[in-house]
Amino acid sequence: MDYSQFLIMKQEIGLLAVFLIVFLADTFLPRREQGSIGVISCIFFAAFTVLGFVPGVVGEGMAFSDMYEATWPVINIKNILNVGVLIVMIQALRWADQDMVRIRRGEFYELLLVTLLGMYLMISARHFLLFVIGLETASLPLAAMVAFDKHRYESREAAVKYILTAVFSSAIFMMGISYVYALSGSLYFYDIAIAVWSESHSALLLCALAFVIAGIGFKLSLVPFHLWTADVYQGAPTPVTSYLSVISKGAAAFAFLAVLWQAFGTVYPQAWEWMLYALIILTITVGNLFAIRQKNMKRFLAFSSISQAGYIMLGIIAFNPMGMAALMFYVLVYIFSNLAAFGVIGAIENASGKVWMDDYKGLYRTNPRLAFTMMLAMFSLAGIPPFAGFFSKFFIFTGAIAQGTVAIYVLVLIALINTIISLYYYLLVVKAMFISQDDCVIAPFRSACSERFALWVCVAGILLLGVVSFVYNTLLEGTMYSF
Amino acid sequence: MFSNPLIYFVVIPLVMLAGLAICRSIGQIRAVAVTGSLALTALSIWLLVDYLGLRAAGADAPMLYCGSWSWFEPLNIHLAVGVDGISIAMLILSSIILLTGSFASWKIEPNTKDFFLWLILLSTGVFGFFISIDLFTMFMFYEVALIPMYLLIGVWGSGNKNYSAMKLTLMLMGGSAFLMLGLIGIFYHSAPEGMPLTWNLLEIRANESISEGWQYFLFPMTFVGFGVLGAMFPFHTWSPDGHASAPTAVSMLHAGVLMKLGGYGCFRVAIYLMPQAANELAWIFLILTGISVVYGAFSACVQTDLKYINAYSSVSHCGLVLFAILMLNTTAMTGAIMQMLSHGLMTALFFALIGMIYGRTHTRDIRLMGGLMKIMPYLAVCYVIAGFASLGLPGLSGFVAEMTIFIGSFQHADMFHRVFTIVACCSIVITAVYILRVVGKLLFGPVQDEHHLQLTDATWWERVSTVTLIVSVAAIGCFPNFFADLIKFTFSPSIFAVIGQ
Repeated sequence: MDYSQFLIMKQEIGLLAVFLIVFLADTFLPRREQGSIGVISCIFFAAFTVLGFVPGVVGEGMAFSDMYEATWPVINIKNILNVGVLIVMIQALRWADQDMVRIRRGEFYELLLVTLLGMYLMISARHFLLFVIGLETASLPLAAMVAFDKHRYESREAAVKYILTAVFSSAIFMMGISYVYALSGSLYFYDIAIAVWSESHSALLLCALAFVIAGIGFKLSLVPFHLWTADVYQGAPTPVTSYLSVISKGAAAFAFLAVLWQAFGTVYPQAWEWMLYALIILTITVGNLFAIRQKNMKRFLAFSSISQAGYIMLGIIAFNPMGMAALMFYVLVYIFSNLAAFGVIGAIENASGKVWMDDYKGLYRTNPRLAFTMMLAMFSLAGIPPFAGFFSKFFIFTGAIAQGTVAIYVLVLIALINTIISLYYYLLVVKAMFISQDDCVIAPFRSACSERFALWVCVAGILLLGVVSFVYNTLLEGTMYSF
Repeated sequence: MFSNPLIYFVVIPLVMLAGLAICRSIGQIRAVAVTGSLALTALSIWLLVDYLGLRAAGADAPMLYCGSWSWFEPLNIHLAVGVDGISIAMLILSSIILLTGSFASWKIEPNTKDFFLWLILLSTGVFGFFISIDLFTMFMFYEVALIPMYLLIGVWGSGNKNYSAMKLTLMLMGGSAFLMLGLIGIFYHSAPEGMPLTWNLLEIRANESISEGWQYFLFPMTFVGFGVLGAMFPFHTWSPDGHASAPTAVSMLHAGVLMKLGGYGCFRVAIYLMPQAANELAWIFLILTGISVVYGAFSACVQTDLKYINAYSSVSHCGLVLFAILMLNTTAMTGAIMQMLSHGLMTALFFALIGMIYGRTHTRDIRLMGGLMKIMPYLAVCYVIAGFASLGLPGLSGFVAEMTIFIGSFQHADMFHRVFTIVACCSIVITAVYILRVVGKLLFGPVQDEHHLQLTDATWWERVSTVTLIVSVAAIGCFPNFFADLIKFTFSPSIFAVIGQ
């Protein structure tokens, strides 16, 4: 075996190095120095993130008889996820310093890095076995993270729900893979693509596809596989929720894209297009309608993120480089917008323990900056210009409509009408903070330095990512080049 | 980029936003707002003079001062600007209303700074919309103008403001959902096979590559999308609630300028780019706007809240704008643009006066007020002038606008157009009914409440605001030819050749 192949997996190796550093620091640092573990992880991870963006450091290539692939979009979606993970890590610093968590904070960062490694493998896999390894590596440690507040009943309950769903969805997914194997006799994506070419309507292929889509659909919390989402998001500690809602979702979306396009791309119009149509319509609509009634901010964002996943799927259905670039850009913008929202929720929760929307009434008078950040996040999620969310929505719609069929126009119209529903509930938060006159229950407070820094980064992202066209242009050009 | 004068219509509001952000006292805030809007007014008047000079010198491109800077290169999205007579008229209207609106909100409470920040953000969107000729940029600015409305009404409004703000925002965003689909659809048919797709209005127009089949789909999308903002029946219901709850300056800007975005967009995007479908489908929308015109006027007759009266009157007058645009001939179109100007100024004057009266009497119910002519003669006289402009008294702006519209629409010789023109004409009479009813009750009747006797007349900033608007209204009324010429040149090489009239 040629061991130099490992050098193609530079991002995975770098991530493992960061993991080892954190692990060694956690093991060998004396008790009173333990407080610096969080900062150490953030610093090393930041260095790793920056290195990923330096041109020439990470190269493209295939490894292990083409089981693993690093192309330009793959490398960059990992970079995008790194940015998000970095923000989550910084946001978690204050939370990790609490009494009940302090002693285990090293574990939190270690688990986080391991799940990220799993997602990397999912994204890069061009063979279903590697994909499953990635999927499991990403899922199981996450359950431990969800249960991190183990003294809290909700956290334990959420972890049980999460792990049962994860195992169940893996089982379904592997069922699908076994069918695929039966069809094609191989688990390589390109072998499958060739084998299913002529199989456009066989019942076995449709079953296989349905199982594969359902399996990943659980991870992405697409309706009707979303039932775990709200409870888990509500029960998990806020940094874990934000990690689940942006990083886990972004990685799963891109992996989904890779599986559908590369393994099943040859049967696109006949086999999975219509499944995805139904899923998208259901996901966007149901997510939106349920979000309207939520009073808990974390539950609220859970349903909002369900419907956002539906919009992300539009990039997959586009089936062209524009769709892929728009999907990556959407994930990037979504990371900044959603992390801004979760950053505010986390800051308020840490300071006052409040997580209900009614508690936010009059927030603008007591904590104007937090309220303003939250408003930007809501506007960006709703797709209001000049914030980044508008651009990402516009581009993902533009990418989808490139197909030009009547069906895609109808689908986009449904998605657009749903943006109005989503605007309604995002505005409810804005209304509570800015307009409602009740006495505010959240006293003025100064959030921690780390929280403020993370929020500033998010706000900068929301304001600049759209207006500064460089990011999207680079993504689109890069994807078109490597397509 | 900065050598193009048009770009300053966006730069100045952005500088104002930055200035407001560092303001410390209310004096500074007022100074920034007034200086900025004066600069915008001066710029738009300079632009008018310069534009007429260029046209007189023989410039015959459809748009002047064109500039285009690449933004999202792979998608061919540009920040493209350019103006013709219609855009210039709209720019002047917007800057005047922003100026008078700043004066009218001299005493706005609380959070004066935030109020002006949102107001200026809204006007950034408005100005950006009128100078853009790139569909993407145009749409972006359009949405920028919509969202500050929610907070402006929600925080500083009165009455049932939560409901109105939400209704207004959602309905307008609903319109823009259709619009976005329409615009993306236009993009994908913007060039013949093999040529690069474009968002640029002029290039799309020149390419003429949207097939008739697609026009039948895209025209209603864009027309309805903009028509919601133009208060087209049955999508007008946001307008009365929204206007009634909004604070004075916002009502002025919204009824005066924002509703014009609808009419302008209907013409500039829907009809300009898809003339064949416009010609075929005009009758459907003609019926809807005809209903707007008459229904709005009748509704205004039975309202008792001053702002509701005006809001319904706006539905009627803005309906007339769309009605005239759909007549698809030069005369009616000229009338439509004049009606936009006229209605913008006149309704801004109305809303300013209502705000001033409400600020004194703390009621807008006409049943609880009376005899204001004796108490505050200055405001009362202004109100009468505004009323006359609204019901179309010669010498004021309303007369020339409506006259031109009806002459234009009567040029259609068929039964359908004739009947609808006559029906729409009736709205003039109904307008007279509700205007005179209010004037009689509010200004000349007996004083209803003796507390009102202590009220004072207009302050200097209120006088600045009203006098500016009255002078503008009278200017259009007395020199209609000037405005007609400004607008006319825009049409001669324009779309009516395609339609064949």
